[in-house]
Amino acid sequence: MNIITELFSYDFFLNAFLASLLAAISCGIVGTYIVSRRIVFISGGITHASFGGIGMGYYLGINPLLGAGIFSILSGMGIQLFSSKGKVREDSSIAIWWSLGMAIGIIFVYLTPGYAPNLMSYLFGSILTVSTGEIWLMLALSLVIVLFFTLFYRTILYISFDEDFAKTSDLPVNLFNYLLMILISLTIVLNIRVVGIILILSLLTIPQATANVLTREFGRMMFYSVGFAFLASFIGLLISYFADIPSGATIIFTQVILFGLVKLIKMISLTAK
Amino acid sequence: MKKLLEIKNLSAGYDGNVVIEDVNLQVYSGDFIGVIGPNGGGKTTLIKTILGLIKPMSGEMTLNISKTNIGYLPQVNQIDKRFPISVIDVVRSGKANSALFSSFHRNRKEKEKAESLLAEMGISAIRNKAIGELSGGQMQRVFLCRALMNDPQLLVLDEPSTYVDNNFEGELYLKLKELNEQMAIILISHDVGTISFFVKTIACVNRHLHHHPSNIISEEQLASYDCPLQIITHGNIPHTVLKLHDEHEHHEHNH
Repeated sequence: MNIITELFSYDFFLNAFLASLLAAISCGIVGTYIVSRRIVFISGGITHASFGGIGMGYYLGINPLLGAGIFSILSGMGIQLFSSKGKVREDSSIAIWWSLGMAIGIIFVYLTPGYAPNLMSYLFGSILTVSTGEIWLMLALSLVIVLFFTLFYRTILYISFDEDFAKTSDLPVNLFNYLLMILISLTIVLNIRVVGIILILSLLTIPQATANVLTREFGRMMFYSVGFAFLASFIGLLISYFADIPSGATIIFTQVILFGLVKLIKMISLTAK
Repeated sequence: MKKLLEIKNLSAGYDGNVVIEDVNLQVYSGDFIGVIGPNGGGKTTLIKTILGLIKPMSGEMTLNISKTNIGYLPQVNQIDKRFPISVIDVVRSGKANSALFSSFHRNRKEKEKAESLLAEMGISAIRNKAIGELSGGQMQRVFLCRALMNDPQLLVLDEPSTYVDNNFEGELYLKLKELNEQMAIILISHDVGTISFFVKTIACVNRHLHHHPSNIISEEQLASYDCPLQIITHGNIPHTVLKLHDEHEHHEHNH
């Protein structure tokens, strides 16, 4: 245990610990919404489109995460707009924005003179280099998400379950769809540094799948998801530190192992009954 | 009798395609209208327009009650059965208009109302089950509870007898007959034979709408209205047998 307390005395490790906690909160809650509503693919599109913003950020010399934020929100809106107004099939619309964002990112990274620092950390995540400023942003986002989902829990639940019925009840369905899309975009962008663009979808789906093994109730699924996301992130973080392997990938690997274990235990307990 | 709803020369559809055309319909309190017609004939389009889910392309619709005074039971296959939600929450969502900023007092009353509806349908025991764990009949009961949460003046049901056993089907129609004493009902069904025994009037929808003043339609009437229908007969449930519908015509009416 000594070695772990010693680890926490390092700033970078403390930051990484806080990042995994905050990532678990935001991804656990937002991911439950995404999985329940079956919009995982949309979220994947938004994630990859945000790479366009990262490339743009490098080229213009602004914080790549700011660019990523703008791109992810725009692509989220774009996907909705294309499929609702432009009569493009939704999955095709997602693929268009997904690849367009990646393409823009690649072009701008190429055009940026010299070396693009930390590019790999945006793609694959680098939880050990998360800065204190980024921690504050993640904290703010987590607070907003917890507050929003607590205040409007039933509204979000009802709209997600049966959108048409919610419309007949006069709920502000479109407003909530857009607000939730923005929250998804922000969650993705602010957690890019933890596991990276390529892997972030896992934080939004694997803990939720694990939680879903144990509960089929929206609220509880959020709590369990946050718990599983945190547990796996922290264990993954420790393993990656001691084994000296990439943190993002190790965290995902731990998530999957945890999912497998929970599923196995559930199956055994069901057959034992 | 209070006029709840009036539709005049209404046309509606999706993506610029007209599905129902020049429809006229008046719904009064106490009405029990059975809506029948071939698949793709526009039954669901009609009620989605009534519910405000589709904007009319032309014509007008006047609603003399608030939108939240309409109880709605959608087709079961429109529901995501793997969604993580419990029965009690599904029923409570029927009063969703109060979900935004809800006080503790209102919350409690809402919950009590949901509980009493579940008890009335005899399904209190499944209150905490997930929606995906239910049988077809249980699910329809749950959705009926949800539709009744707001004490509606008009109840709209889209094929409530799909995926249910014959036992529950009879029970459901008796329940609707009882509810009809307090509210008007519009019931969509493909099962013409059975519903014509329970409803008061029949609306035949096949692009156009013909509202028959009684629940009995003759073969000649149907033929002249160009409303092909399938015959379904049930052993113990009383039924009216309607014109056999021919395959070629059916195909044409699929939009």
